Amino acid sequence: MGRKLLTEHINVEGIDTFDVYRKHGGYRSVEKALKTMTPDEVVEEVKKSGLRGRGGAGFPTGMKWSFLAKPEGVPRYLVCNADESEPGTFKDRQLMSKLPHLLIEGMITGSYALGARTSYIYIRGELLYVLRILEKAIAEAYAAGFLGENILGSGYSLDLHVHPGAGAYICGEETALLESLEGKRGNPRNKPPFPAVQGLYARPTVVNNVETIAAVVPIVNEGGDEYAKLGVGKSTGTKLISACGHLNKPGIYEIELGVPVEEFIYSDEYCGGIWKGRDLKAVVAGGSSVPILPKELILKTAAGENRLMTYESLSDGGFITGTMLGSGGFIAMDETTCIVKNTWNFSRFYHHESCGQCSPCREGTGWLEKVLHRLEHGHGSMHDIDLIVSVAKQIEGNTICPLGEAAAWPVAAAVRHFRHEFEWHVTHPQEATMPGAAYRNAPVLA
Amino acid sequence: MAKITFDGIEVEVPDGTTILNAARQIGGGVVPPAMCYYTPLKGTGGKCRACLVRVAAGSAKDPRPMPKLVASCITTVQDGMVVENTTSQQVMDVRKGIVEMLLINHPLDCPVCDQAGECDLQDFAFEHGVSTTRYEEERRTFEKIDIGPLIQLHMTRCILCYRCVYTADQLTPERVHGVLGRGDASEIGTYIENVIDNEFSGNVIDVCPVGALTDKTFRFKQRVWFTKPVNAHRDCENEKCCGRVTLWYKGKDVLRVTARKDQYGEVKEWICNTCRFDKKETSDWVLEGPAHISRASVISANHYELPVVNPQVILDLPESTTRELERNPPLRLGGING
Repeated sequence: MGRKLLTEHINVEGIDTFDVYRKHGGYRSVEKALKTMTPDEVVEEVKKSGLRGRGGAGFPTGMKWSFLAKPEGVPRYLVCNADESEPGTFKDRQLMSKLPHLLIEGMITGSYALGARTSYIYIRGELLYVLRILEKAIAEAYAAGFLGENILGSGYSLDLHVHPGAGAYICGEETALLESLEGKRGNPRNKPPFPAVQGLYARPTVVNNVETIAAVVPIVNEGGDEYAKLGVGKSTGTKLISACGHLNKPGIYEIELGVPVEEFIYSDEYCGGIWKGRDLKAVVAGGSSVPILPKELILKTAAGENRLMTYESLSDGGFITGTMLGSGGFIAMDETTCIVKNTWNFSRFYHHESCGQCSPCREGTGWLEKVLHRLEHGHGSMHDIDLIVSVAKQIEGNTICPLGEAAAWPVAAAVRHFRHEFEWHVTHPQEATMPGAAYRNAPVLA
Repeated sequence: MAKITFDGIEVEVPDGTTILNAARQIGGGVVPPAMCYYTPLKGTGGKCRACLVRVAAGSAKDPRPMPKLVASCITTVQDGMVVENTTSQQVMDVRKGIVEMLLINHPLDCPVCDQAGECDLQDFAFEHGVSTTRYEEERRTFEKIDIGPLIQLHMTRCILCYRCVYTADQLTPERVHGVLGRGDASEIGTYIENVIDNEFSGNVIDVCPVGALTDKTFRFKQRVWFTKPVNAHRDCENEKCCGRVTLWYKGKDVLRVTARKDQYGEVKEWICNTCRFDKKETSDWVLEGPAHISRASVISANHYELPVVNPQVILDLPESTTRELERNPPLRLGGING
């Protein structure tokens, strides 16, 4: 197993308390940054590390930080996006509940680099128990002098707040998150202006995922160049993958980017293969919004190369034969899984979570769900299969925020790769409505 | 100043103008439709996606095309920008899709809707839509809520443009209504039935692009195309009220009073509820003369106005535009929006 930068001490007893965390080398990055580095030097290290946003989009973090507008006399904010709610993704929850101080350490170092005097952790409302863990840890950090006025005598002061959401997936979109944090309805904003110019309270703001902020800690401790040595090409460092579905060993794995997908699924070091000795049918590699891929395309690219767990390799072939690393929500499905039912389930989620602000997403997500429901329950027609592809296309790219795409991609990809299964549902309405393993009768992709 | 090319027509506008407003300076059939954007209301726009256009060249400095279609109502112009609206097949296809999306949950009860004849959605669907639907499911419905004696809310007709929310925010001291719920279950409502009651609340009727908010004092009295609009004014005691209105006559009776709308259906000067709901006698008003109504509108049937003539198409265009222009020449119908 490769190196672990974030989760090395995750199983140490009491690691969620300040003293134990400190004993295991915690808060070194704060000391190093505040005492020996200027804020710009910290940003420079993050740039060198090649760290890319771990929330799904994979945008280079160093570049995002350097885009932050820095007008004189105007406060800036660092906001941590802990509104992890994508089906299949559960890495941040674990990281925060087990290692709350790692996130706080990252927030202090990151805020110092960006010159923020007040920072926020916006946490998903359902994770109330994690919020309590974080609040306790923040209180400890204040007591130890790592938060508050004049941290470690450096003259730098920082206040850190945790704010719970009210249970809306859309508040994980960064501008909706900022609206919600401001106390308004969580509707995504029109862009531009981007948060780097006008974010929280119309001030320059950086919004980063929990894992991204946590990764700043090893980058500052070991240096950006050291961090960049891990990984392959432009996918540097380690990534938390939350593997779930029909695997022998589902769970959260910190992998060095570049592990072959085949190794990740089948090796005993990681997921240990598909459960009950069954065959793999399909994988959703990065959370429910990325395109689903059948077995043959997830293990090998269309060109026949081994697919690796990197941003580039997974997106090889575009959306025709590729997918995305996304947020690392790795869902494996065995041969008995019904793709139509799964697609309907995903669409049900997006229908429920659309904010309703812009028309293609508000109306389209509901439409998709209803037609997929019909198909799944044996009332669909061949025409309906083309209809969902067409509706997905009408949503994609025409919405205010990426939720529209997130709703459209899985549907389009499912039909692209598993059309025969949709057709089977139309031609075998009786069997399609039967619960259980009837789907096994569906023909396998030729 | 920034010079942009819109559908092959050059226009020069001040920096910071939106693409939509630049197109409105050209006028005629090239203007993108707008269902949620409302110039006098700050913050509107970007929601209905009806005005999406293709930016074939971002600016003179950076002539790359923009990767996605952009909402012309909120995207500002850059010098040297090349925009395709009616000349882009992609834009026309997407717009057709937007019409479809807006209509799938719309009740299509135009025959009994007071807005029919002056409804933005009706016009939009007529110009860009198709006559059949692919939607077979049940349309969404809502519990009826009463928002007071003056305004009727028909939530089923609402397209969630948010205009009435911005109106209440910017015109009235306290907003009591807003968008509740999420996704296609979101609705305009007052939290625990409340009456929308203040001196300027009636303006939400004028800004509503569809028949979701209508005038209860005019309800079912007359189809708008049988009424005659006449401009009039009075000295209103309310300082904020401009007192300039349009009276809608049937015979000698004033059936309703509205604020004056421009050719894009926008109210530039607001009126108070006293003028709108209480002053329904000719003797209350100083008449100015017939109101100008777009020739494309059913209300102005049989009125004659000069057609709008667009400026000449210039020849130095990117290849994608010229190709589209040949295949799909811009609409030159005199009078649409004119």
